[in-house]
Amino acid sequence: MPTPVRQIGDRVILAPEALQRLIEVLALEYRVIGPTVADGAVVLRDLASADDLPTGWIDEQEGGHYRLHRDESAGPFDHVVGPHSLKNFLFPPREPIARFERVAGVWEECAPAAPERPLAVIGMRGCDLAALAIQDRVFLRGDSGEGEAIDPAYQRRRNGLFLVAVDCRRAAATCFCHSTGSGPAACSASAGRQADLALVDLGPGPTDRVAPGGGPRRYECRIGSARGAAVIDAIAADLPLWPSPPEDVAAAERVPVDLERAMWAREGSGGGPGRSLDMENIRDLLYSNLEHPRWLEVADRCLSCTNCTLVCPTCFCASVTEVADLSGDAVTRERHWASCFSLDHARMHGTSVRHTTASRYRQWLTHKLGGWIDQFGTSGCTGCGRCITWCPVGIDLTAEVAAIRETPAPSTGGVP
Amino acid sequence: MTKPLPAKVAVAAPAHVRRPRVAVYKFASCDGCQLQFLAAIGNHPELLSKVDFVHFLEASRAVEPGPYDIGFVEGSVTTAHDAERIREIRRECRTLVTIGACATSGGIQALRNWGKIDEFVAAVYATPAFISTLATSTAIAEHVPVDFELRGCPIDTGQLVEILTALIVGRKPRVPSTSVCAECKAEGTVCVAVASGVPCLGPVTQAGCRAICPTHGRGCFGCFGPSDTPNLVSLNLHYEAAGVPRDDLHRLVHGVNAWAPPFRAEADRLAATPGVEEAAP
Repeated sequence: MPTPVRQIGDRVILAPEALQRLIEVLALEYRVIGPTVADGAVVLRDLASADDLPTGWIDEQEGGHYRLHRDESAGPFDHVVGPHSLKNFLFPPREPIARFERVAGVWEECAPAAPERPLAVIGMRGCDLAALAIQDRVFLRGDSGEGEAIDPAYQRRRNGLFLVAVDCRRAAATCFCHSTGSGPAACSASAGRQADLALVDLGPGPTDRVAPGGGPRRYECRIGSARGAAVIDAIAADLPLWPSPPEDVAAAERVPVDLERAMWAREGSGGGPGRSLDMENIRDLLYSNLEHPRWLEVADRCLSCTNCTLVCPTCFCASVTEVADLSGDAVTRERHWASCFSLDHARMHGTSVRHTTASRYRQWLTHKLGGWIDQFGTSGCTGCGRCITWCPVGIDLTAEVAAIRETPAPSTGGVP
Repeated sequence: MTKPLPAKVAVAAPAHVRRPRVAVYKFASCDGCQLQFLAAIGNHPELLSKVDFVHFLEASRAVEPGPYDIGFVEGSVTTAHDAERIREIRRECRTLVTIGACATSGGIQALRNWGKIDEFVAAVYATPAFISTLATSTAIAEHVPVDFELRGCPIDTGQLVEILTALIVGRKPRVPSTSVCAECKAEGTVCVAVASGVPCLGPVTQAGCRAICPTHGRGCFGCFGPSDTPNLVSLNLHYEAAGVPRDDLHRLVHGVNAWAPPFRAEADRLAATPGVEEAAP
């Protein structure tokens, strides 16, 4: 292997051809996933070329509402997060975890399937990387006194994962990462949000360094890992790459700072536009309001349809079932997504312990914003707003928490 | 390459067990769910070596007398004769499974329950006096105890094979009671209600179809009937506020599962109260 030319922390300017080359270079080793338009939304799918990116599309998001609009000035990353997240790939909706076959009356465990190609995911935002850091705590829990808990399938995919982060240049009305400390800056070493490459779209603009003719979009790229450096070296073997000049570095670093300022400035009451989630003492707030009338009020609107939990990039509940074939001689142990909004989720010895929608919504929110802090040392919310947008009736957790905060009704029983 | 389990896990294959004798019955219905049996057998020919279909007129004229281990019932009860026949069937089947929207809720023909049967008969038949029918179309479970319901219009062949497999080995069938949304999300399908404004009953409808309609860009029309905790009022208030005409929403719940209690109550609510458009000054 040739000695790497570039090092972690180096910065280069990528032109559109370099973005295309980035996908080609990654495809040599990885299954390349990234944002693309399908069925009226920006989803995460396999990318064959930079032409697949959602260039020229802007998303409009509100509670229970998502629309794409054509905007010729929009770059390939001017959308914000859609319904999919890294969870769909690292913790897939259905997954065989073991298979057994009966041969001559003896049950044998089959060898696991051959490992999949490692994943490279392009276009991850601050909230995406924050969600990844949270899922890491769930699936890769080290021994902290309660015993180690490592999920081998997640760990295998996670170790192979190559991340290309992109800073958001705009926020949807449903975004509130600025208030949960998960963005909008994609990467933050102190918050554990890291990527192999971190891009900032500097937009189209004249430059004599990259495009003597002026005009094409430029991406300021910071190398975050040795693997990232090797990929940039490979691109540089075919295309001239220039180190980022100081003014471009400054412009790139201003992007998340300016956006965060704008997000705070637009802040209104919970429920937006300008949503935010006041995280102060949130666990105790919810734990001390377990009988608050707001739970019954939100239950009138809640469909218990499970959408919020399934689009949530951190929700990790799963159920494991044994799927036998008709012969009775082969059985696959399958893990599939589950949700605390289903009646079956809390079914034990014949009945469910959460019959009411109010009890399920309360379970979800108190766990997401309270129980997670106890279990994993972090709240489970990244401020991505997916649960607001993809709730069919637009229930907004920022509004629910704000309502409880405004009129606390402490229960006397204490924390169950 | 396989790894043998510890010897204590090794068990002998069970001794030969008598194949369950299966009967498939038809009431007021289109036969589509019975055809799903034939489709399932086509996909899994080994089914024929696991169960004996000894009373299945859609497939064979040869009928063996009961009693039967498992009876599958398609269709709803619409005549006095039906109401008597289902009691006899219940007596001759150890396990009774109803299949499809007709048998589990009354079917599309249950729309008669909102009308006047004499008017329908007079409008349709040249000699109404020859017609002997009940005023209502009702689910099998309104007449006899039912052990298990398979939903759908028609039923899903995968769920049919699942329940047969479960009954053969004597375990609980694994059929989800969550909403269709769970299947859309598992497939990665973009929500047609949120992203396209299509009124979709998925959030209040039981899963099991693998979200076939939303996967093809259409809204769910509720053919698997209500999910375990459906909230139709909230969903329809939202659709109405987004501009979906109340008539469209009424038609949506007034379909193949119209007589299922949650859908029935919502159809009545939509019909009885003024819509957003009418209420507007």
